[in-house]
Amino acid sequence: MSDVNFDETLVLKNIEGENSSDILKCMATNLYKKGFVKESYAEAVIAREKKFATGLPTGSYGVAIPHTDIEHVNQSAISIGILKKPVDFVIMGEETEKISVKLVFMLAMHDCHSQLSMLQSLMEIFQDEEVLTYLATEESEVKIKDEVVKKLNLSIVRGGE
Amino acid sequence: MSTKKVVLVACGTGIATSTVVSDALEKMAKENNIQVEIIQCKVTEVPAYESRANLLVTTTIVSKTYPFPIINARAFLTGIGLDKLKEQILEELKK
Repeated sequence: MSDVNFDETLVLKNIEGENSSDILKCMATNLYKKGFVKESYAEAVIAREKKFATGLPTGSYGVAIPHTDIEHVNQSAISIGILKKPVDFVIMGEETEKISVKLVFMLAMHDCHSQLSMLQSLMEIFQDEEVLTYLATEESEVKIKDEVVKKLNLSIVRGGE
Repeated sequence: MSTKKVVLVACGTGIATSTVVSDALEKMAKENNIQVEIIQCKVTEVPAYESRANLLVTTTIVSKTYPFPIINARAFLTGIGLDKLKEQILEELKK
Protein backbone atom coordinates (compact mmCIF):
# COMPACT_ATOMS: atom_id res chain seq x y z
CA MET A 1 0.00 0.00 0.00
CA SER A 2 1.33 3.40 -0.85
CA ASP A 3 1.56 6.17 1.66
CA VAL A 4 -1.14 8.68 2.30
CA ASN A 5 -0.33 12.08 3.73
CA PHE A 6 -2.43 12.93 6.72
CA ASP A 7 -1.90 14.84 9.94
CA GLU A 8 -3.78 17.22 12.22
CA THR A 9 -3.15 20.15 9.87
CA LEU A 10 -5.36 18.35 7.37
CA VAL A 11 -8.16 18.20 9.93
CA LEU A 12 -10.15 21.39 9.46
CA LYS A 13 -12.59 22.11 12.27
CA ASN A 14 -15.52 24.50 12.16
CA ILE A 15 -15.14 25.43 8.52
CA GLU A 16 -17.90 27.56 7.14
CA GLY A 17 -19.41 28.14 3.74
CA GLU A 18 -22.60 29.03 1.97
CA ASN A 19 -22.50 25.93 -0.18
CA SER A 20 -20.50 22.85 -1.04
CA SER A 21 -18.21 24.75 -3.43
CA ASP A 22 -17.10 27.10 -0.62
CA ILE A 23 -16.20 24.15 1.55
CA LEU A 24 -14.36 22.36 -1.25
CA LYS A 25 -12.41 25.51 -2.07
CA CYS A 26 -11.36 25.97 1.53
CA MET A 27 -10.18 22.37 1.91
CA ALA A 28 -8.49 22.24 -1.50
CA THR A 29 -6.63 25.48 -0.81
CA ASN A 30 -5.19 23.96 2.36
CA LEU A 31 -4.05 20.87 0.44
CA TYR A 32 -2.50 23.12 -2.20
CA LYS A 33 -0.63 25.21 0.38
CA LYS A 34 0.91 22.02 1.70
CA GLY A 35 1.97 21.00 -1.77
CA PHE A 36 -0.08 17.80 -1.98
CA VAL A 37 -2.17 18.98 -4.90
CA LYS A 38 -1.67 21.23 -7.88
CA GLU A 39 -3.24 24.64 -8.24
CA SER A 40 -5.74 23.12 -10.68
CA TYR A 41 -7.09 20.71 -8.04
CA ALA A 42 -9.55 23.14 -6.39
CA GLU A 43 -11.32 23.99 -9.59
CA ALA A 44 -11.24 20.38 -10.76
CA VAL A 45 -12.70 19.00 -7.54
CA ILE A 46 -15.49 21.61 -7.56
CA ALA A 47 -16.30 20.90 -11.20
CA ARG A 48 -16.33 17.18 -10.60
CA GLU A 49 -18.60 17.49 -7.60
CA LYS A 50 -21.13 19.27 -9.81
CA LYS A 51 -20.96 16.53 -12.42
CA PHE A 52 -20.47 13.49 -10.18
CA ALA A 53 -21.77 14.28 -6.73
CA THR A 54 -20.22 12.56 -3.70
CA GLY A 55 -22.67 13.11 -0.85
CA LEU A 56 -23.43 9.93 1.09
CA PRO A 57 -26.26 9.38 3.55
CA THR A 58 -25.25 7.54 6.71
CA GLY A 59 -27.08 6.50 9.86
CA SER A 60 -26.18 9.82 11.50
CA TYR A 61 -24.12 12.66 9.99
CA GLY A 62 -24.18 13.13 6.24
CA VAL A 63 -20.72 12.75 4.66
CA ALA A 64 -19.13 13.57 1.32
CA ILE A 65 -16.01 12.21 -0.35
CA PRO A 66 -14.99 14.81 -2.94
CA HIS A 67 -12.09 13.83 -5.18
CA THR A 68 -10.94 14.28 -8.74
CA ASP A 69 -8.60 13.00 -11.43
CA ILE A 70 -5.08 11.97 -10.48
CA GLU A 71 -3.37 14.52 -12.75
CA HIS A 72 -4.25 17.31 -10.29
CA VAL A 73 -2.52 15.58 -7.40
CA ASN A 74 1.16 15.60 -6.40
CA GLN A 75 1.03 13.20 -3.46
CA SER A 76 -1.84 11.16 -2.07
CA ALA A 77 -3.44 12.81 0.91
CA ILE A 78 -6.68 12.88 2.83
CA SER A 79 -8.20 15.91 4.49
CA ILE A 80 -11.16 16.02 6.84
CA GLY A 81 -13.47 18.98 7.10
CA ILE A 82 -15.86 19.28 10.02
CA LEU A 83 -18.45 21.88 9.11
CA LYS A 84 -19.64 24.44 11.60
CA LYS A 85 -23.04 24.30 9.93
CA PRO A 86 -23.88 21.45 7.57
CA VAL A 87 -24.25 22.32 3.88
CA ASP A 88 -26.10 20.42 1.20
CA PHE A 89 -24.29 18.08 -1.17
CA VAL A 90 -26.04 16.21 -3.94
CA ILE A 91 -26.16 12.49 -3.18
CA MET A 92 -23.84 10.28 -5.18
CA GLY A 93 -25.67 8.79 -8.14
CA GLU A 94 -28.64 11.13 -7.86
CA GLU A 95 -29.63 14.02 -10.13
CA THR A 96 -30.88 16.51 -7.56
CA GLU A 97 -31.56 14.75 -4.27
CA LYS A 98 -29.43 16.29 -1.53
CA ILE A 99 -28.04 15.38 1.84
CA SER A 100 -27.04 17.75 4.61
CA VAL A 101 -23.31 17.12 5.12
CA LYS A 102 -21.40 17.62 8.37
CA LEU A 103 -18.21 15.69 7.57
CA VAL A 104 -16.21 16.05 4.37
CA PHE A 105 -13.45 13.58 3.56
CA MET A 106 -11.49 15.08 0.71
CA LEU A 107 -9.41 12.53 -1.12
CA ALA A 108 -6.38 13.51 -3.13
CA MET A 109 -5.51 10.33 -4.96
CA HIS A 110 -2.26 10.07 -6.82
CA ASP A 111 -2.30 6.54 -8.12
CA CYS A 112 -5.08 4.43 -9.40
CA HIS A 113 -5.61 1.24 -7.50
CA SER A 114 -3.36 1.29 -4.48
CA GLN A 115 -5.76 2.78 -1.97
CA LEU A 116 -8.32 0.00 -1.80
CA SER A 117 -7.88 -0.91 1.86
CA MET A 118 -7.87 2.76 2.89
CA LEU A 119 -11.06 3.37 0.95
CA GLN A 120 -12.70 0.26 2.38
CA SER A 121 -11.84 1.36 5.90
CA LEU A 122 -13.24 4.78 5.13
CA MET A 123 -16.54 3.23 4.07
CA GLU A 124 -16.53 1.29 7.33
CA ILE A 125 -16.28 4.59 9.20
CA PHE A 126 -19.37 5.77 7.34
CA GLN A 127 -21.25 2.77 8.68
CA ASP A 128 -20.11 3.34 12.25
CA GLU A 129 -22.28 5.95 13.95
CA GLU A 130 -20.10 6.07 17.04
CA VAL A 131 -17.01 7.03 15.08
CA LEU A 132 -18.93 9.56 12.99
CA THR A 133 -20.27 11.19 16.13
CA TYR A 134 -16.78 11.30 17.62
CA LEU A 135 -15.36 12.97 14.51
CA ALA A 136 -18.22 15.45 14.37
CA THR A 137 -18.06 16.51 17.99
CA GLU A 138 -14.47 16.08 19.24
CA GLU A 139 -12.72 19.41 19.77
CA SER A 140 -9.11 18.35 19.36
CA GLU A 141 -7.73 18.06 15.83
CA VAL A 142 -4.99 15.79 17.12
CA LYS A 143 -7.49 13.38 18.66
CA ILE A 144 -9.53 13.36 15.46
CA LYS A 145 -6.36 12.66 13.51
CA ASP A 146 -5.44 9.79 15.86
CA GLU A 147 -8.87 8.22 15.54
CA VAL A 148 -8.81 8.39 11.75
CA VAL A 149 -5.26 7.03 11.53
CA LYS A 150 -6.32 4.11 13.71
CA LYS A 151 -9.48 3.41 11.75
CA LEU A 152 -7.85 3.72 8.34
CA ASN A 153 -4.68 1.86 9.27
CA LEU A 154 -2.79 4.64 7.57
CA SER A 155 0.89 4.38 6.95
CA ILE A 156 1.72 7.97 7.54
CA VAL A 157 4.38 9.82 5.65
CA ARG A 158 4.50 12.71 8.05
CA GLY A 159 2.74 13.73 11.19
CA GLY A 160 4.12 11.05 13.49
CA GLU A 161 2.88 7.56 14.25
CA MET B 1 -23.04 -22.98 -15.77
CA SER B 2 -23.70 -19.95 -17.90
CA THR B 3 -20.96 -18.11 -19.77
CA LYS B 4 -18.83 -15.55 -18.03
CA LYS B 5 -20.64 -12.27 -17.49
CA VAL B 6 -18.91 -9.02 -18.21
CA VAL B 7 -19.64 -6.45 -15.52
CA LEU B 8 -18.63 -2.82 -15.86
CA VAL B 9 -17.97 -0.95 -12.64
CA ALA B 10 -17.93 2.77 -13.23
CA CYS B 11 -17.56 5.96 -11.24
CA GLY B 12 -16.68 9.52 -12.15
CA THR B 13 -12.91 9.18 -11.98
CA GLY B 14 -12.51 5.40 -12.22
CA ILE B 15 -10.21 5.43 -9.18
CA ALA B 16 -12.07 5.76 -5.91
CA THR B 17 -15.55 4.40 -5.43
CA SER B 18 -15.30 2.00 -8.38
CA THR B 19 -12.26 0.44 -6.69
CA VAL B 20 -14.29 -0.35 -3.60
CA VAL B 21 -17.27 -1.59 -5.61
CA SER B 22 -15.11 -3.80 -7.88
CA ASP B 23 -13.59 -5.51 -4.90
CA ALA B 24 -16.98 -6.09 -3.28
CA LEU B 25 -18.34 -7.52 -6.52
CA GLU B 26 -15.39 -9.82 -6.96
CA LYS B 27 -15.87 -11.23 -3.46
CA MET B 28 -19.57 -11.61 -4.05
CA ALA B 29 -19.05 -13.51 -7.29
CA LYS B 30 -16.53 -15.80 -5.66
CA GLU B 31 -18.80 -16.56 -2.72
CA ASN B 32 -21.56 -17.49 -5.12
CA ASN B 33 -19.35 -19.40 -7.55
CA ILE B 34 -20.18 -17.11 -10.40
CA GLN B 35 -17.61 -16.39 -13.08
CA VAL B 36 -17.40 -12.72 -13.92
CA GLU B 37 -15.07 -10.43 -15.76
CA ILE B 38 -15.02 -7.10 -13.97
CA ILE B 39 -13.94 -4.03 -15.89
CA GLN B 40 -13.37 -0.91 -13.82
CA CYS B 41 -13.66 2.36 -15.71
CA LYS B 42 -14.83 5.94 -15.75
CA VAL B 43 -18.48 6.38 -16.56
CA THR B 44 -17.42 8.25 -19.72
CA GLU B 45 -15.58 5.12 -20.89
CA VAL B 46 -18.63 2.87 -20.69
CA PRO B 47 -19.60 3.27 -24.37
CA ALA B 48 -16.32 1.60 -25.38
CA TYR B 49 -17.53 -1.63 -23.73
CA GLU B 50 -21.12 -1.38 -24.86
CA SER B 51 -21.02 -4.42 -27.12
CA ARG B 52 -19.29 -6.68 -24.55
CA ALA B 53 -20.92 -5.85 -21.25
CA ASN B 54 -23.83 -7.63 -19.55
CA LEU B 55 -24.27 -5.27 -16.66
CA LEU B 56 -23.24 -1.82 -15.46
CA VAL B 57 -22.78 -1.25 -11.75
CA THR B 58 -22.14 2.39 -10.97
CA THR B 59 -21.98 5.02 -8.25
CA THR B 60 -22.78 7.94 -10.54
CA ILE B 61 -25.60 9.13 -12.74
CA VAL B 62 -25.72 7.48 -16.13
CA SER B 63 -27.35 9.80 -18.63
CA LYS B 64 -27.13 7.50 -21.65
CA THR B 65 -29.19 4.41 -22.20
CA TYR B 66 -27.49 1.09 -22.79
CA PRO B 67 -28.60 -2.37 -23.90
CA PHE B 68 -27.70 -3.80 -20.47
CA PRO B 69 -29.18 -3.14 -17.03
CA ILE B 70 -27.72 -0.43 -14.81
CA ILE B 71 -27.55 -0.87 -11.05
CA ASN B 72 -26.76 1.90 -8.55
CA ALA B 73 -24.04 0.64 -6.22
CA ARG B 74 -24.09 3.32 -3.56
CA ALA B 75 -25.09 0.79 -0.92
CA PHE B 76 -21.61 -0.79 -1.18
CA LEU B 77 -20.30 2.50 0.21
CA THR B 78 -22.93 3.33 2.81
CA GLY B 79 -24.14 -0.11 3.83
CA ILE B 80 -27.69 1.24 3.61
CA GLY B 81 -29.78 -1.18 1.53
CA LEU B 82 -26.81 -3.47 0.95
CA ASP B 83 -28.69 -6.78 1.11
CA LYS B 84 -31.16 -5.63 -1.48
CA LEU B 85 -28.39 -4.41 -3.75
CA LYS B 86 -26.53 -7.71 -3.53
CA GLU B 87 -29.71 -9.59 -4.32
CA GLN B 88 -30.34 -7.39 -7.33
CA ILE B 89 -26.84 -7.92 -8.70
CA LEU B 90 -26.89 -11.67 -8.09
CA GLU B 91 -30.14 -11.93 -9.94
CA GLU B 92 -28.58 -10.28 -12.99
CA LEU B 93 -25.44 -12.40 -12.79
CA LYS B 94 -27.42 -15.61 -12.62
CA LYS B 95 -29.47 -14.82 -15.70
